[in-house]
Amino acid sequence: MKPNFTEKSEQKIQEALSHYPTRQAALLPVFWIAQEQFGWISQEVMELIAARLDLSPAHVYGVATFYTMLYKKPVGEYHLQVCRTLPCALMGSDSIIGHLKKRLGIEDGETTEDKKFTLTTVECLASCGTGPAMMVNEKYYEGLTAEKVDQILEKLK
Amino acid sequence: MELVLTKNFSLPESWTLAVYEKTGGYQAVRKALQMKPADVINEVKSSGLRGRGGAGFPAGMKWGFVPQNTGKPTYLCVNADESEPGTFKDRPILEKDPHRLIEGAMIASYAIQCHTAYIYIRGEFDLSLKRIEAAVQEAYRKGYLGKNIFGSGYDLEIYIHRGAGAYICGEETALIESLEGKRGYPRIKPPFPAVQGLFGCPTVVNNVETLSSVPFIIEKGAAAYKAIGTEKSPGAKLFSICGPVKKPGVYEVPLGTPLRTLIREYAGGMADGKVLKAVIPGGSSVPILTAQEVEEVNLDYESLQSKGSMLGSGGVIVIDEGYCIVRALMNLARFYAHESCGQCSPCREGTGWSYKILKRFEEGEGTEQDIDLLLDIGKKMTGMTVCVLADALAMPIASHIGKFREEFENHIGKSCPATS
Repeated sequence: MKPNFTEKSEQKIQEALSHYPTRQAALLPVFWIAQEQFGWISQEVMELIAARLDLSPAHVYGVATFYTMLYKKPVGEYHLQVCRTLPCALMGSDSIIGHLKKRLGIEDGETTEDKKFTLTTVECLASCGTGPAMMVNEKYYEGLTAEKVDQILEKLK
Repeated sequence: MELVLTKNFSLPESWTLAVYEKTGGYQAVRKALQMKPADVINEVKSSGLRGRGGAGFPAGMKWGFVPQNTGKPTYLCVNADESEPGTFKDRPILEKDPHRLIEGAMIASYAIQCHTAYIYIRGEFDLSLKRIEAAVQEAYRKGYLGKNIFGSGYDLEIYIHRGAGAYICGEETALIESLEGKRGYPRIKPPFPAVQGLFGCPTVVNNVETLSSVPFIIEKGAAAYKAIGTEKSPGAKLFSICGPVKKPGVYEVPLGTPLRTLIREYAGGMADGKVLKAVIPGGSSVPILTAQEVEEVNLDYESLQSKGSMLGSGGVIVIDEGYCIVRALMNLARFYAHESCGQCSPCREGTGWSYKILKRFEEGEGTEQDIDLLLDIGKKMTGMTVCVLADALAMPIASHIGKFREEFENHIGKSCPATS
């Protein structure tokens, strides 16, 4: 079945469209609305967005693939995005990433079999003074240690 | 020094309108609305305020470039897409004092006669987004935004636009492209945004910290602002400091403060058992300083330039003796390769190629020729692209190798000898 926007999403889209003089400018807001509703941006969702905003599917695809926070494949219930850029690396992010891989039994970019956790290494979260840092869904966890990571995983289980 | 940017940070619920107003908030914009727009611009010009996003262009001059009576709308874009590694100074403004930013954006909008402003905020900043959204709503509810603000006849709408994780969108023309619903590809300049920016209309793009400095300037006057800092680098600046220091964080200091003071007094010195090796003083893209140079330099535009580095965004990255410079450069090359938008070949290919060579070094397979090859690639990336992302890696390549060449040579034929 082809995806469709819910009434709630449609209201948000109308609101977003009112902020800009062109429909195309509402593309990023509509991506966020779509990701909130569907969990990720599939090709069918891209086609839905293209039709809604009078854009070509190719344009929508080109934009979606440019931005790392728009998921082009499904992610687990908890998406662990661990910063690996220099300030976090100076504070030991490499070992945090290694610890997470071991604990979850997955590699970077993979999802656990029970679809609970996805692990992704990302570039700079602007949490440099409190590194190593990771984002779980939309919440920041900072000053990570192996013990702290274990506690976070335990809470999320 | 009278604090310009952080005076409210420690107050309970500092992000609310009630607290902001109790500390004198929204008085500066009332004053500005009684001035002529040109006089507001002149006051900011006189203050010597330079853009705090990294490029350091005089803010008032930027506003002055906007042509009037073009028949087109004028736009203000607030650049809250903070993504430079080492730089986390805008985040506390958004989280702890969002109304200061809104007031600064209102004054700037009035000065350039803009009626629609967008706050482009980086997608990862969840708490910042919530706080700035709530603050904008509070301002609307009080009638501080919308039609006929403070009975002045001036109208202004402010909308929040959330980015989606692309570092390049902090570059002002890429930000505009992204706002227009496209990939964040930087534009060739000229035309500059002031003439042809968002939706083809005159546009000013200003950083969060720049705009948050404006209420002070209007309220207390350009002279009061100029009294802080140095003659050529007036005012206060937020510096974020990270790495193995005792108290990493965001500190407001007068420009001209010695870098060693920021490290030793504000950040409490090196963490226990750590010895300073090097500092990247202005966000990851600027040339690195040796421990000796750290002793000799002040945090202002001219002093850092005299040492071959830059003030940049004010993101100070401290590196200790236990950390390998080759590894540090490899990490940065990976960042820039990942974040290159791919529009220009020298950047798209150069950043990725540099990363591959440096990774080889870390794995013990680097050669003497590779060191020169890295320098050569860096030279061929410099100034050859639409924006400066390529230069942002070329500068660290040249300075890391130039100042720490022996560490690269020590890697030849063996894997990293100093992995911490």
